[in-house]
Amino acid sequence: MKYVSEYRDRSAAEEYAERIQQLASREWTIMEVCGGQTHSILKYGIDQLLSEKISLIHGPGCPVCVTPIELIDQAIEIAGIEDVILCSFGDMLRVPGSVKDLMGVRASGGDIRIVYSPIDAVKIAEQNPMKQIVFFGVGFETTAPVTAASIIQADHLNLDNFYMLVSHVLVPPAMQAVLSNPECRVQGFLAAGHVCSIMGYIEYESIVSEYNVPIVVTGFEPLDILEGIHMCLKQLEEGRAEVENQYTRSVKRNGNPEAIDMIREVFEVIDRKWRGIGAIPASGLGLREKYSKFDAAERFGVSGYTVEESGDCISGQVLTGEKKPDECTAFGGKCTPEHPLGALMVSSEGACAAYYRYRLTRSNR
Amino acid sequence: MISNESCPIPLSDYPEVTMAHGGGGKLMHDLISRMMYRVFSNPILDAQHDGAVLRTDGRRIAFSTDSHVITPLFFPGGDIGYLSVYGTVNDLAMCGAKPEWLSASFILEEGLPMETLWRVVQSMGEAAERTGVSIVTGDTKVVERGKGDGIYINTAGVGIIPEGVDISPSRVREGDSVILSGDIGRHGIAIMAIREGIDFQTVIQSDLAPLDKIVSELLEVDLDIHCMRDLTRGGLASGLNEIASAGKVSINIRESLIPIRDDVLGACEILGFDPLYVANEGRFVVILPEKNAEKVVDILHKHENSRQATIIGHVAEASYADVIMESSIGAERIVDMMSGEQLPRIC
Repeated sequence: MKYVSEYRDRSAAEEYAERIQQLASREWTIMEVCGGQTHSILKYGIDQLLSEKISLIHGPGCPVCVTPIELIDQAIEIAGIEDVILCSFGDMLRVPGSVKDLMGVRASGGDIRIVYSPIDAVKIAEQNPMKQIVFFGVGFETTAPVTAASIIQADHLNLDNFYMLVSHVLVPPAMQAVLSNPECRVQGFLAAGHVCSIMGYIEYESIVSEYNVPIVVTGFEPLDILEGIHMCLKQLEEGRAEVENQYTRSVKRNGNPEAIDMIREVFEVIDRKWRGIGAIPASGLGLREKYSKFDAAERFGVSGYTVEESGDCISGQVLTGEKKPDECTAFGGKCTPEHPLGALMVSSEGACAAYYRYRLTRSNR
Repeated sequence: MISNESCPIPLSDYPEVTMAHGGGGKLMHDLISRMMYRVFSNPILDAQHDGAVLRTDGRRIAFSTDSHVITPLFFPGGDIGYLSVYGTVNDLAMCGAKPEWLSASFILEEGLPMETLWRVVQSMGEAAERTGVSIVTGDTKVVERGKGDGIYINTAGVGIIPEGVDISPSRVREGDSVILSGDIGRHGIAIMAIREGIDFQTVIQSDLAPLDKIVSELLEVDLDIHCMRDLTRGGLASGLNEIASAGKVSINIRESLIPIRDDVLGACEILGFDPLYVANEGRFVVILPEKNAEKVVDILHKHENSRQATIIGHVAEASYADVIMESSIGAERIVDMMSGEQLPRIC
C-alpha cells in the first residue's frame, strides 16, 4: 500500500539498524514523545533491532492518558444528566474516572456516542434540537483545529444546544516539564510528527538551545522511527543540538497556518493539570471569552473537582520516562485492560497498553 | 447449590454488561468462562469447539447456534439473512460436519417494514438452498418499537460428521502448518464504513460466504486435518489465540504472509484498528501436518473465495505466549487476545 508498505520494508529497516549500530559509540537515551510512536515501536519490535547502546523511553504524548481524572468525572456527571448526548472519541470510553468509566455510564442508560470528529457532534446537535449535545474535546495540537472548527461552525449555525468539555493540551510545555525534572535522563527527542504537521517546529527551536538537546520531528512508521533515531543519534555523537525534520512528507517549519489561525481564533493558552504529572504552566487550551457560551463545564456547573488517584498506579513516572510500564508492580496483575488502574492501560496510545498488548508473556500474567 | 452462589463477576468489576462483553475479546471470554462454563460445564461444552460434537447410535453429529444482531441489516456483500444462515453453517463446517438442518428464530421490532422482512427471509431461503440445509423449525416474536434493532435472528443447526473425521483444537500438534483461507478484515470494515458513514472511495464488500463446500472437499481427501476455525468476531488474532490456548501450544505466524487488501489496510490505518482483530465472515484457518499443507492450499485456490489462501505460520511447543508474530520488519511481537472491542482512536 502506497505511503505505508514502503515504510515497513524489512531490508531497509535492517540497513538503518546496522547504521545505528555502527554510529553509536556510547550509551544514549532517546525519548519518543508520542504514544503513537511508542505503539509502533512495540508493535513492530523496532527496539529489538536497535543497538543495545540506544535506550528508548516513552514520553507523555498520549492525550487520553494525560486528561485529568477530574475531567473524566465531569464528563461522567454530564453524561448522566437527562437530555444530554455526550459525544466522544472512542478512546475515552474506557478511561477510568474515580468511580467508573463512560462505558459504564452508557451501560446504565447514558446517551454516549462515539464520533470520529467534533463536526459529527455539531450535526447531532442540529438534528436533536431538544437535546443538549456535549463534545468531550480531548487531544493535542493535532485535533485542536477541528475542535476549533466545530465551535466556529456551531457559532455560525447559532446552535444553543452544543457545548464542549475542553481538555486540550500542548506538547512543547510537556517536553520542557520532562527536561526540567532533576531525574530526567533524556538526551534527545523524537518529536510527534502529527502535532508538528499542524504547528510546525518553530516552537522547538528555543527548547534545543535552552536545554542543549537535539529534537528530530519524526513520523510513525517503522522506517520513520528508525530514521528519526539515526538523525538524533548523529546529532548526539557530533555534539550538536538542533531541530531536524525527518517527517518532511508531512511537516513544514511553520506548520499549517490556516489550522493554527483557527486554533487561535477559538482558544487561548491556559495552565492545565496533566494526569499523573501535575500542573504545567501554559500547557493547555481553553475557550476564549468570546466562545465561553459553549463551555460545558460552566453550563452544567461541574467544575471545581479534586480527586485522588489510585496509589498503585505509577502513570506519572511512566509518562515522564522515569519508569517503564513493566516496572510497575500492578502491571498485568492488578492492572489490565479489563481492569485498568490508569488511563495508560486502556488508551490506544498508552505505553502500558502497548506493553500489555505486544509484550505480556504467559509468565507475567 | 448453584442458585445460592454469588455472582462470579463481582459488582466491583463490571456491575453491568457493556458492549465490550460482546466484542469477541478477553472480556467476553471471561464472561463465558466465569458464568456460562462454570454453571453449564460438561465434557461436550468444555471441548470449546465452534459447535458441540454429540454421539448418538454410533454416529457423530455437530450442533451449533448463533444469534445475529447487525446494523445495518443490509450491507455490501450480504445482509442479516445470508449472515444468519452462513454463520451457523460455517460453525458446523468447522466441526467437520455436513450441515443438514437449521432452526430460525426471529425477534422483530414493531414498525419494521414488511418489505424488509420479506427481503431478509428470501435471503435466508437462498442461503439455505445454496448450502443444502433445510430450515426445519422456528419461532417468531415481536417486541415494542424501540426495544429491538429491526430484526434479530437466531439460528441453530445440526450437521453430520463423516466417519473418520476428527477435528478439534486438542489435536493440534507441534510442527503443524497454519493455513489462512484468504485476505482478512473485510466484513468488519465494510460494516464500519456504512455504520459510521465513512467514505473510503471504494466500496469494501464483506467477505461473507458459506464454507461448507470447501470444507467438504477438503475432508474428501485424506489430509489428517487437526483443527479448523472460522474467523468471525475478534478476527484472526482471537481465532488463533483460542486454538493455541485450547490446544496448549504456541502458534507462530509471519505478518508479511497475511493477505490484507489495500483498501482494508487503509481504513484500518485511519481508524487505528489492527486488521488482525477485525471481523470476517468467510475466512477460516486450517491446521494440519506440514506434509499435507500444500495440498490444502492447492484445493483452496480452486475456489473463488479462497484464491489467496496461504500458509501463514506453524504450531510450536507452548512458549512464552499463545500467538507470536514475526513483524514486517523482522522482529517479534505477541499477538494477544483483544481486551474488549476495538475503539476508534483520537489521532
